[in-house]
Amino acid sequence: MARALSPRRLWLTTAAAWFVALLIFFPVLWMILTSFKTEPSAVAMPPQFLSADWTLENYAEVWARSDYPRFFWNSVVISVGSTLLGLLIAIPAAWAMAFVPGKKTKDLLMWMLSTKMMPAVAVMIPLYLLFQRMGLIDTKIGLVVALMLMNLPIIIWMLYTYFKEIPGEILEASRMDGATLWGEIIYVLTPMALPGIASTMLLNIILAWNEAFWTIVLTTTKAAPLSAFIASFSAPQGLFYAKLSAASAMAILPILILGWFSQKQLVRGLTFGAVK
Amino acid sequence: MSTQSSRLAARAMVAPSVVLLLIWMIVPLAMTLYYSFRFYRLLSPDRTGWVGFTNYLWFFNSPDFWLALFNTLALVGGVLIITVVLGILIALLIDQPVKGQGYLRILVIAPFFVMPPVAASIWENLFMHPQNGLFSAIARGFGAQPILFLEQYPMWSVIGIVSWEWLPFATLILLTALQSLSSEQLEAAEMDGASAFSRFRYIILPHMTRAITVVILIQTIFLLGIFGEIFTTTQGGPGSASTTLPYMIFKQAIAAKDIGRAAAGGIIAVILANIVAYFLMRGLGRNLEN
Amino acid sequence: MTKTLRALMGATALVALAGVASAETTITVATVNNGDMVRMQGLMDDFNAKHPDIKVEWVTLEENVLRQNVTTDIATGGGQYDVITIGTYEVPIWGKQGWLESLNDLPAEYDVDDLLPAIRGGLTVDGNLFAAPFYGESSMVMYRKDLMEAAGMTMPDAPTWADIEAAAKAMTNRDADINGICLRGKAGWGENMAFLTAMSNSFGARWFDEAWVPQFDQPEWKATLDFYLNLMNNYGPAGASNNGFNENLTLFNQGKCGMWIDATVAASFVTGKDSTVADKVGFALAPDNGLGKRGNWLWAWSLAVPASSDAKAEAKIFIDWATNKDYLALVASKEGWANVPPGTRTSLYSNEEYAKVPFAKMTIDSINSADPTAPTVKPVPYVGVQFVAIPEFQGLGTTVGEIFSAALAGSKTADEALAEAQAVVTDEMKAAGYIQ
Repeated sequence: MARALSPRRLWLTTAAAWFVALLIFFPVLWMILTSFKTEPSAVAMPPQFLSADWTLENYAEVWARSDYPRFFWNSVVISVGSTLLGLLIAIPAAWAMAFVPGKKTKDLLMWMLSTKMMPAVAVMIPLYLLFQRMGLIDTKIGLVVALMLMNLPIIIWMLYTYFKEIPGEILEASRMDGATLWGEIIYVLTPMALPGIASTMLLNIILAWNEAFWTIVLTTTKAAPLSAFIASFSAPQGLFYAKLSAASAMAILPILILGWFSQKQLVRGLTFGAVK
Repeated sequence: MSTQSSRLAARAMVAPSVVLLLIWMIVPLAMTLYYSFRFYRLLSPDRTGWVGFTNYLWFFNSPDFWLALFNTLALVGGVLIITVVLGILIALLIDQPVKGQGYLRILVIAPFFVMPPVAASIWENLFMHPQNGLFSAIARGFGAQPILFLEQYPMWSVIGIVSWEWLPFATLILLTALQSLSSEQLEAAEMDGASAFSRFRYIILPHMTRAITVVILIQTIFLLGIFGEIFTTTQGGPGSASTTLPYMIFKQAIAAKDIGRAAAGGIIAVILANIVAYFLMRGLGRNLEN
Repeated sequence: MTKTLRALMGATALVALAGVASAETTITVATVNNGDMVRMQGLMDDFNAKHPDIKVEWVTLEENVLRQNVTTDIATGGGQYDVITIGTYEVPIWGKQGWLESLNDLPAEYDVDDLLPAIRGGLTVDGNLFAAPFYGESSMVMYRKDLMEAAGMTMPDAPTWADIEAAAKAMTNRDADINGICLRGKAGWGENMAFLTAMSNSFGARWFDEAWVPQFDQPEWKATLDFYLNLMNNYGPAGASNNGFNENLTLFNQGKCGMWIDATVAASFVTGKDSTVADKVGFALAPDNGLGKRGNWLWAWSLAVPASSDAKAEAKIFIDWATNKDYLALVASKEGWANVPPGTRTSLYSNEEYAKVPFAKMTIDSINSADPTAPTVKPVPYVGVQFVAIPEFQGLGTTVGEIFSAALAGSKTADEALAEAQAVVTDEMKAAGYIQ
């Protein structure tokens, strides 16, 4: 609905929009700035902006103190793995719901979403025991499955809304040409739905990356992702603001960068296909 | 268009998801239900047995329970109101043909990429801390006493932090909705002499209804279970001022290691979630229809 | 490089790898992320050189998260960890449950008799040593010598609570942002309740009488809480109900506290490089009220082997390395005596080099003045100075801690807080079957 504005109003609106955006972004910026300060400089009063003692030491120390590459790799495997597995299971389901809807499809979707309503803490011990019996504690595959199931309803729902936007006539036309069910999905549907699938994928990688409860409860060393890395730097003796900030920055920067580079797809993903 | 065979195929395609989610829901739920009627404390493994509704009664008799229930709803409601209202305002602002719109969007999304424990600790330590936080520095700069956020306004502080985390989500959905609104319609209304407010009220808002519904639905699901931010910042206090139902369960599960009580709390939380969901669907379900 | 050569090299590498794999045992060690433990990870070259056949995997976590994960694992017999870091609260309870492996068979050179008696006693159940202390701590008064001097006062080596109040009053200077005293206010059984329970001992209060009846309705607790609230409201920092060990350490290091009563291990931090007042700090014993007990606690972060571990022998070799005399000497040679983990061995305190460390004497005097088996003036049915060594205490302490924290924040009066604590603890003790 963008419309032309007078130069004066344009200038004012631009200033206001930038002010608001910077305000929202400021906590992240401040954390990143703090991560480059020495500890005394980080807690100095009044706060130091330009006069701070800048240093890379926090990053060096965080790097030396823990096996960052392993945490990072585990985060990548778990978030990407759970998303891909989720897509594999969700695409057929969402396809069927979108193109062969039954009377109960809407209810089924709502039911799926409602499986996310169980508070994690309440099922912590039952799930922990289950995982233990199955030998899945501290395994990447265990976390991949857990996070996949946790996010499956969201994946299905998002894909469903994307698929619904694809006109049914195209499918009928391809059926006339004698395409099989799978041919229909692979050659007709998937290319059209690719943007939707891409945004779904991105959003779920982010959700899985940021998951910080099960990833800590169900891991010790071998499968521990960046959330556990953060837990090893929070609240040590003395408030190490700068080091905590550095560790935090290292934990969120990969996903922040991924998100920024792919923000167009993501913006679509965030809408859950909610709007036409 | 659907034939008998395609219906069958469709069933087969939905089945894996349904079966998996059914297991994922039923098994933990059944175990939780079972434990909720048991005396089961991790640190006293010798004493186990059926206790009837004792674990449930503990919750209902706890002086914190009703406050926790209220706080849970206040957190959900507060964050929803803040994110939807601010989200609409920011979306309206960014939707103008301002300079550097792409960069603006990047800045606005940023909080969404921050892990919740990191977000909470940034706010607690770098901003709200009464001695070292930026807010206290600002207050001092004006010669005022620093505001004790986590001590005097714990619930508001938590709502503020969580709102910051979810604002990008709301803003972007609403922004996308706004961008799909045709400008001709608005221009026509403007010609007819409609005020800015009535244009918003009668054209923009109705257009965004479905987007707002999605924001409310998805956020509610996530917000009902929030406790990590509370654990990092106020730990439910001072006293029980910022204790929510999930946090109360968390305390029973983690501090007291009382699995029975935690399970009972979980069942209560599920019932609460379903009540909320019921009203949500009744109030908003229509908006989701195409 | 030719194909054959490459294949050959690959095969050799495989053989080498297989050779290592068969001889190497991996142990998983769970530690808290505090300074001494992180330092240990930096000294692993020494362990690896001595024991090339044992590979150590670290799990370093924040205290609360670590406790949560380790407890879940051990109570469900998970066997994820081979060495765990636990405190004097857990050891007696877990030892009794049979969850820990006895360490009675450590080698003779380990010299168990060298361990400080108070600490060793807290880690022993029915004659079995279930954990080896990594470092031990008590609590004491840390104060600013310069501020005391400016106020024309001196701090006795063994102050009373009245001395503390007078000193707090004299040093408080709101304009200069100096608080007379900083104490823990953050809710938690290991935060404000560690301090308040230890403090209450010096006021003659106790958690339970001999029949496990809660005692928060008794005048001794009222005196404790009134004194604490009065002290903090008049001379404490703003927002104190959210201050734990970390927050107070930062405040003290920034020069914003006249006094701080807390863990003896804080001494090396307030005199360390991050402190702006490093050369101005004096130490004194925790205060008393003339009743024969001081308000100091006793704690030891210790290493133990879960009964569910499948590499117990290797785990014990690691524990031996991390807590024996050679380790103390190793830290001293690499990082200086002030950074040696304190409070575990008698021999450390007879070492002349260590005696030069400014807080050495006050630390050992504090540890020796705490008695976990007779923590307070009246008899009690439990062990533990700043805690009650029963499984229920973690939950009870957290709940009561919240109530007292609310009192500090001003949302409850002392009387309301005590009445509520009494009611909650009574209910819980009934539910747990201690009282009818």
